[in-house]
Amino acid sequence: MCGIAGILHRDDRPADVELVRRMAAQIRHRGPDAAGATVDGPVGLGHTRLSIIDLAGGVQPMATPDGSLRVTFNGEIFNYLELRERLIGLGHVFATRSDTEVILHAYAEWGDDCVRHFNGQWAFAVWDRRRHRLFLSRDRLGIRPLFYTSDAQRFLFASEVKALAADSQTTLALDPVGLNQVFTYWTTLAPRTAFQNICELPPGHCLAVERDSIRSWQYWRLDYEVDAALTEQQATEALLEVLSDAVRLRLRSDVPVGAYLSGGLDSSVTAALIRQLTDTPLETFSVAFDDADYDESRFQQMMVERLGTRHHELRCSHGDIGEAFGDVVFHAERPILRTAPSPLYLLAREVRRQGYKVVVTGEGADEMLGGYDLFKEAKVRRFWAAEPNSRLRALLLKKLYPYMPNLQAQSPAYLQAFFHVGVDDLENPFFSHLPRWRLGSQLKRFLSPDYAQADQTGEAYGDCRELLPGEFGNWVPFCQAQYLESTVLLPGYILSSQGDRMAMAHGIEGRFPFLDHRLAELAGRIPPRWKMKGLCEKHLLKRAAGDLAPDAIVARPKQPYRAPESASLFGTPEHPLQNDYVEEMLSSSRIEQDGIFQAKAVERLVQKARSGRAIGAKDNMALVGILSTQILVARMIHDFPRRSALQSRPVFGTGERGFGEGVDSGESTYGGLPGSESQATESQATGVTD
Amino acid sequence: MQDPREKIRHFIRESFLFGGDDELNDSDSFLDMGIVDSTGVLELVAFLESEWGLTVDDSELVPENLDSVDNLVGFLDRKSAAAVS
Repeated sequence: MCGIAGILHRDDRPADVELVRRMAAQIRHRGPDAAGATVDGPVGLGHTRLSIIDLAGGVQPMATPDGSLRVTFNGEIFNYLELRERLIGLGHVFATRSDTEVILHAYAEWGDDCVRHFNGQWAFAVWDRRRHRLFLSRDRLGIRPLFYTSDAQRFLFASEVKALAADSQTTLALDPVGLNQVFTYWTTLAPRTAFQNICELPPGHCLAVERDSIRSWQYWRLDYEVDAALTEQQATEALLEVLSDAVRLRLRSDVPVGAYLSGGLDSSVTAALIRQLTDTPLETFSVAFDDADYDESRFQQMMVERLGTRHHELRCSHGDIGEAFGDVVFHAERPILRTAPSPLYLLAREVRRQGYKVVVTGEGADEMLGGYDLFKEAKVRRFWAAEPNSRLRALLLKKLYPYMPNLQAQSPAYLQAFFHVGVDDLENPFFSHLPRWRLGSQLKRFLSPDYAQADQTGEAYGDCRELLPGEFGNWVPFCQAQYLESTVLLPGYILSSQGDRMAMAHGIEGRFPFLDHRLAELAGRIPPRWKMKGLCEKHLLKRAAGDLAPDAIVARPKQPYRAPESASLFGTPEHPLQNDYVEEMLSSSRIEQDGIFQAKAVERLVQKARSGRAIGAKDNMALVGILSTQILVARMIHDFPRRSALQSRPVFGTGERGFGEGVDSGESTYGGLPGSESQATESQATGVTD
Repeated sequence: MQDPREKIRHFIRESFLFGGDDELNDSDSFLDMGIVDSTGVLELVAFLESEWGLTVDDSELVPENLDSVDNLVGFLDRKSAAAVS
């Protein structure tokens, strides 16, 4: 797990190694163990390393012995051992035990199709000198990030936008279209980002840059060709088998692997499977909240006792969450509508303090196996739409949200009004997501006229519609909802703002067994009635979990992961908080100066929040969305040039090598394979479990 | 003393529209405008109860009473009349 950066001069001018180093330096937090930069004619590749596999031999950028291929790679190819054996059988000779070298040989053997052989989470770039071509790829579901920008002469790429901004010719400016997307979908839609002229390679895509062309293509996507003959028992067994193997592969590491425990079913299952697969003592980590409305520590403790893990609990107060929020946005690199990433940012810091670099988590189960309330809500709304005058059917909506007291207090008439299904809605491809997106769109009221005018989303959601695959219309509504959730919110928020970016801010790699593509492909074939039986979410997983978690966890209703919002920024009327940074970012003078929002409206919202009256989802989302946008502009645009990455954060771990120490000339690399200057050696490192 | 209608308009602007550029007509449905969610309904009730000392019964939590400035004014009139009689 690492950070990557690079540049290709499409006009063949030699690349500047100093620029590559500056770019990589901006993402040093992703790879605090080592750093490298290499230039080969028009191309420069940079890398910051978090050493996890083949600690001695896996240094990057890495080249083939003849120097014809070079790679910079962030992520893990979990099936690298099997691929290595296969490639050796095909005549390839390896010099290291790293998964990085497997990418080089796989590309040499299979070309662009190499990615179809990979089981993993990745963003990488391969420079193919013979073809004068830069090949980039991102994993299937968007676990690892990859951004790029280009003009007629140059193409720059990196794990994070801030590395691109290290280039003096790249000026960051907020993209009003992207901002409108965030204020609808809760994220931008790749390739669009929050910044003008900065693109994100969508999940499951490759991209090739040559002298005269830049071309991207999709190599994989979710599919829902349901196998109607699959029985409940067959589906359960198949799920458990794939999940278990997905966990097994994700324990491959030359450093210890820990696990997150949220108190929910998914991370309980992954932690329990780890315990089944290995005798190595397991350390677990979790967030607990002072605010009892959000706290799940009782359930976390249940799993700790059952599995006998060495557990670390990070307890968050309102103040902790608000205090970290500025750094959270700087790392997320896009506006966010929730404070929920904050505790995960703090948890990753704690994991690092405990000496860990890798954690397995339960992320992805809700998307793949039908866990979210949104799926249930859509099911109830459809059920109700069949008998629109039924008050009893509308009351089912209350059952969905036992943790929302405001909703519980509603009369049937208002429930009907809130979840109203219009005649046209039933035919709308976005049926499942309309309530969420309509709620999100309310935030646009705060935009200044200039920004509001840039909205390309509208009520037809045209920008999302054009990203739908042709088969979408053939899928059953439940699968349509799964596809939308797995391709919009999952990569755009869950895996990025709440995932990679929070963990990698502290050099922590997350691994997600539920996002093994074999599991995703199996889930696509499973009939929806087994995923959600009646209104029982993740039915199959609960069935498979049988012996893996206590009944109290298997049977408990799904509790979405949330964190306190306005209370984290302003406290409560009884315990007010003074957060000067938040005050400054939301001050009328700042709002007016940046011109993104209407100052008067923001002032009233802030007053409402400060007095403890911002108690609803909409007010809280508006508050957090506005604040995060203001912070993003302040830290990524106004103040960015003043930030020197080498000074920006403490460097963790031992064996630290700075650029000045490890890299000595523009033409060469340190580390790497013969063909670059140094000789790599066979590592004797052994895996923890393999 | 401020006219109840004006007081209601002011509350809606301050709490739901935040004084933004949106036009608000007295007959506009809050639901259609998308400015009141489940929390908003409870905010409205808390406002009526604290401002006019009313008690709003669960059965009165319906859009006919609460979903526009006109509806709110009408509801307030009916409650006041009931209290007097």
